This record gives sequence, structure tokens and C-alpha cells, in this order.
Amino acid sequence: MYPSGKYRRDWAQFFLSYSKKPARLFIPGTSTASAIPPIVLTANYLTGQGSTLPSTGNSGARSAAACLSRLPIAAAGFLLRYGKRKRENPAAANSISNWRWLAAVFSALVLLLVPCALRAQTDCLSCHGDVTMQDASGHIVGVDAPTFHSSVHGSLDCKACHTSITAYPHPDQPQAVKCASCHTDEAAALIGSVHGDAAEHPCTSCHGNAHAILPKNNPKSAVYPLNIPATCGKCHGDAAMAKRHNLSNVYPLYTDSIHGYAVSKEGLLVAANCESCHGSHHILSHTNPLSPTYRTDVPDTCGKCHGGILTQYMAGIHGQAMASGNLKAPVCTDCHTAHAISRPTMAQSTPVCGSCHQAQLSTYRDTFHSQVSSLGSYVEVARCSDCHGEHEILPASDPRSPVNPANLVKTCGRCHQGANAGFVKYEPHANPHNRRLFPVLYYIRLFMVLLISGVMTFFLLHTLLWLMRSLVEKANNRSAKGEK
Amino acid sequence: MPDQTIVAGENKLPNPAVAGAGKEQGPNGERYFVRFTLLQRYMHAIMFSTFLGLAATGLTIRFSTNAWAQHFALAIGGFGAILFIHKLCAVTLTLEFLYHVKDIAARILIRKEKGILWGPSSMVLNLKDLKDLIGNFKWFFGLGPKPEIERYAYWEKFDYWAVFWGMVIIGFSGYVMWFGPFFGRFLPGWALNAVQIVHGEEALLAITFIFSIHFVNSHLRPDCFPMDTTIFTGVVSEEEFKERHAQEYERLASQGKLDEKLTTKPPTWLLNFSKVVGFTAVFIGLVLLVLAVSAYFRE
Repeated sequence: MYPSGKYRRDWAQFFLSYSKKPARLFIPGTSTASAIPPIVLTANYLTGQGSTLPSTGNSGARSAAACLSRLPIAAAGFLLRYGKRKRENPAAANSISNWRWLAAVFSALVLLLVPCALRAQTDCLSCHGDVTMQDASGHIVGVDAPTFHSSVHGSLDCKACHTSITAYPHPDQPQAVKCASCHTDEAAALIGSVHGDAAEHPCTSCHGNAHAILPKNNPKSAVYPLNIPATCGKCHGDAAMAKRHNLSNVYPLYTDSIHGYAVSKEGLLVAANCESCHGSHHILSHTNPLSPTYRTDVPDTCGKCHGGILTQYMAGIHGQAMASGNLKAPVCTDCHTAHAISRPTMAQSTPVCGSCHQAQLSTYRDTFHSQVSSLGSYVEVARCSDCHGEHEILPASDPRSPVNPANLVKTCGRCHQGANAGFVKYEPHANPHNRRLFPVLYYIRLFMVLLISGVMTFFLLHTLLWLMRSLVEKANNRSAKGEK
Repeated sequence: MPDQTIVAGENKLPNPAVAGAGKEQGPNGERYFVRFTLLQRYMHAIMFSTFLGLAATGLTIRFSTNAWAQHFALAIGGFGAILFIHKLCAVTLTLEFLYHVKDIAARILIRKEKGILWGPSSMVLNLKDLKDLIGNFKWFFGLGPKPEIERYAYWEKFDYWAVFWGMVIIGFSGYVMWFGPFFGRFLPGWALNAVQIVHGEEALLAITFIFSIHFVNSHLRPDCFPMDTTIFTGVVSEEEFKERHAQEYERLASQGKLDEKLTTKPPTWLLNFSKVVGFTAVFIGLVLLVLAVSAYFRE
């Protein structure tokens, strides 16, 4: 009588088959609410949950016991109210149409039939309701009934999952539960993913105790957005595990990142958690071109939230190079790192840019700008992005670029008050070692080096010879005195 | 440089230098003579303290990627403090330089002093300096006698002119960098790049030269080891005078002007103070020299 999970799922899929969204993407308050069969809505009304329209059909039966307790009360209430009305105002009572009688009879039937529907669950719990119950090999086989009933599967027959148990007494070693028999999409997604090995990564490793699984939007769920980092961190926060699987131990980097803080400290549901970038069931290695964390997919993945930056990036030279298939072009994670999300424009942008632009970093190092930034930025000083821009970096030949000759007075003038056409002829990436490009500077430097080495060589020789002569003289004087 | 006959009287030491010959003698009957005026000693003091400040902060900026530079900058207050000290020392040294130029110009043009641009006690290089240089190299190899030096030896003149032109070059290039937009109106574009190279390299030359050659030649030679304090006390003993500036001694003696320079033995506190100051400067200089040279060759 009371709708089973399986039944509700079929209803949901029936409705959802008309939409493109996969059935597993239930989102509160969206079109999927229409997928809830009317009977579930009825049940919700009866359980007092009508005002909080459940996100999915699943939560409609959040409390089977509460539902059961209300059904007979509702039916009895109707009958009592009807009897009272008939006594006080027989004429009005007569106006009540026959369908109400039908409803009363229907409710009475429910009252009788529901206990039969739950008979099986109650039977199992009569033994397994003891939470300390153990099987022969010492595994806990007890189930905490209230927890189970309030879980997402609380309305299901035990047999719905434990399919090999059909009668009592049952075998000592029943078959393992197969979540995939209902959750077909999730099972299909797991195949080929990094967690595809079901023995090593059972569903419960992420979703927790099978008898206490909560819907994803429940703040206590292991896969609630704010809980996902901790859930993944159970394994991925373990340095030994990371080493064993040849992974870098990124969990602490994430937890200390701006994303990690947004989740753990600010409680932002929109902040990126593990799933936001890696997906959930079909997680692939970043070396797999199908992965959202594969190089060329990283901008789109980050752009799901950082849409404005994505637009700028794609307009810039880095995004253009990436789009043209250059795998060496930097994507978001090359500058910001994937998990720590560093902010290279703030402190040390130069090594980040310089990891590719080595020649430019080398010449930057020769400048006053670099010297200031190396010694601590008590003074604001130009780093790469201050002149070249950040996400929308354009070549100097582009009239929109801040380092286009036409824009230099403005760009330099942001710091150097009074910058003028002569001043901006300063070459911030001059290389005095390069005779071809910078002949004047090359010869000036050469002259200075020769001057230093010439003067120092001459005077070191002069001083050294002088010292030696002085020592010889001293020794001569001493021996002369000795002879006297 | 100031002629001693004129400026000796400015010496403010406990110094009855104007007194007659033989009046003031050391414990062994040794006589003492004024070599540097008080003004010259103060000029040297201001110059070496600002130079140490400029060198310490300048090397920190020049070798900013070195750990010692970053720690030093952090310790004294970051780049802002480094640059402030550098500019403060630079302005002080510039004022001193301008004062010196004004002083020399006034003595040549207004007081019409003789012997500043040429003559035995001039700072300008002359033929005798070349002869002394050759003679000295002969002496180094035991091929001739030690040349007799006039008031200023050729290496002292080199010190002076190296510093003089060093201040012009480093100072000018420094001010161009300081007031870049202003100088950008007159100077070609490459000049702004060039001044940075010139400033850094010329300063490196000054630092390595002063902290090695000048220290040894003028303060740490075996014959005056551990510390020649003449520039701090302004006074040389007769023996030192005869030994180091034999020709000047003879010239003054023959002119009968030797007694004008007679003075007392410097007080003990001044000698000790001179040694403390001298060794402090030498110590700081040597540390900076090691850091600079090692960083330079690691570049």
C-alpha cells in the first residue's frame, strides 16, 4: 500500500524520461518535484511534511512510522467530525456527498493493510534491532532501527537490498548487497573511474553506513556539499595512502585554500568542494582527456563558477594558445595551483610567470622592480601582472595591451607620476649581455666589467707585491739587527 | 687638497701646534706633526660612514635575491627602510662632495692659493707619480731603493680621484634613477637603462676597491699594522713622516716650514677611539666585501 522506494523511483523515471536531466540529479525546488507521484504527496501530507515539499520521492517516506500513526488518526478524525455534524445539523450532514464515505472506507482499509506491508521489516528488526548483534565472524549485523527509519532507505523492505534472504531462518553468509541493482546510473559512472574497483571503494566508503544513508541535501549527509571535503579526506587526507597510490597529498593544500576556507569557515554551499571539479562517481585522472581536470578542460571547469575570469582568459594570449591546442599554454591551475589556489598576483607572481618566461624573468631580475619585490614590498612595485595584465594578457602589438607603446605612458604612469614619452623608452626587459638587441648597453657593461677587472687586477698585484716586499724587508731588518 | 700651511691652524685638537719647535715631544723625545686638518678628518669620517651605509644598502638592493640581503632588509624594515637609508646617505655624501668642490673652487679662484692644481702637495697626478710607480715596482722585486714619496703617494691620489669620479658617476646615475620621469625629458631612452648598469658596476668597483685595496694600503700595511690612525687623529710621528713621505719631510725641512706643523702626541683616548672606529669600519667593510664578491661570482 505504502509506496516502496523502487516504486517511487519508477514513477520518477517515468516523469523524468521526458526531460534531459539524468534521474540522479535531484535538485530541491526544481522541475524534478513534478516527478513525485501523487501518492507520495499524500503520504507527505499525512506525515506532516507537506509544507516542506520533499526534494525527491525518496524523502517522501522519511518516517514510515510517523505516517502510519497518522493514517488511522486522520480516518478516525473524519468519522468523529462527521458523526458530530450529523447530530447537530442533520440537514447539513446529508449534504455531504458519497465520495467522502468512500474516502473514509479507504482510510480504514489503509489502517488495516499497512501493518501487513511493514511486517517483513519488523520481523528482521526483531533480531537485528539489537545494535550489538554480531555474526559468526564478528561483524556487527545489528541495525539501529530509528536511524535506519530516518535514512533515505528507511521505507524499504530489508529484502529490497538483502535479496538473497527470502525466508527465515536465513543462511549465515547471505550474498553481498548490490547497490547497483537500483542505482544503475551511479554504478555505470563508476566503471572506469579511479574508484572503479568496487572491492577497494565500496559505495559505503563515501556514503557511510548503509543503514544510515541520508539524502545529499541533508546537512548530516556524508555527501552534503560542506561535508564532501572531509568525506574525501578520510582517504585523501592520509599521506601514506597518497604515497601508496603515487598521488600528491593535496588534502591539506585544499583545506588551507580559499576554497577550503569558504567551505569549512564560511559554510558556502557554492564554494568549490572536491566534487565541483572532480565530479562524483565518474572521477577520472587529470591525465585522461575526458576528465574535467584534464589540462584543456580546466578553464571550463573553473569557469563554471569563475565565468567572468574565463571570458577574460579566453580573450587573452594564454587562452587563445590553449584553445588552439597548445598543451604548453598555461591554464588556471598552472598559475594558481589546483588545490592550494595561490594568488600569484599578490606575493610572488614572478617565479610563476618565470617558470615559462625564463628570459623575461632573468631580465626582470636585473631591474629595480625586482629588487624591490625581492626585499619585501614595503613599497608597491611593478610585478608581471601590473604591466601585462592578469587573465586577459595581450601581446604588446595589440592596441588594447597595457604594454602597447601607445599605452605605456598611462601604464607606467600608474606608479611613476610624471611619466612621459622619454621616460617610457626605458626598456624594462633590457639584456646587456645581448649585443645584437642592446648594443649600447652591451658595450657599456663590457666597459664597466673591464674597468673593474683592470683596476682590481692591477691594485691586487700591487698590494700583494708590496706586502711581500714589506715582509722581506722586515725579515732583513731583523737578521741585520741579529748580526749586530 | 688643503695646503697644510694655511689650514693647520683650524685643527681643533688639544693642539698647540702654533707653538715653537721642540716644545712638545713624545715620551722618547719623539716629535709629532699635523698631517690632516680637523675638517679633513671630519670629511673622511662623514664620507666613510655614509659610504658604509650606501654600500650595505646598495649591495642589499643589487644582490636582492640572496638570502642575506633579504634577511638584512627584513631586519631593518624592508625595502622602504633600505631605500630611505640609501638616499639619506647619498644626499649627505652629495652635500659633502659639493662642499668640497666649492672649497677647492674658492681656494683656487678667490683665495688664489698656489699648489692646489700642481706642485708637490697637489692631488693632481704628475710625472713624479709615474716615476714613483715604476720605482715602487722595482723596489717590490728588489731592483732598486724604495722611492721617496711627496705629500701624497700615487695610490693615495688614485684613492682620491677614484672616489671623486666615483661620486660624480654614481651620484649622477643615482639621481637619474631617483628622478626618472624628470631626466626622461632630456635623456635618450637607453640612458635610463645605462645609468642602472653604470651605477651598480661603478659602485661595485668602489666597494671592492675601498674594502680591499684602500684598507690594506692605507690602514693595514705591515709597517703600520694593525691600524694606521693618521686620518682619525690627524697626526703622524716624525719617524712615520720620514718613512712614508720622505720627500715632503725633506722639502719642508729645507724650506724651514717643518716646525709650523709640530703638534703634540694625540691623547690616548683619541688613539683608542680611532682604533675602535677604524676596526669597526674595517670589519663592516670586509663582511660586505665577502658578501659582494661571493654574490657577484654566483650571479
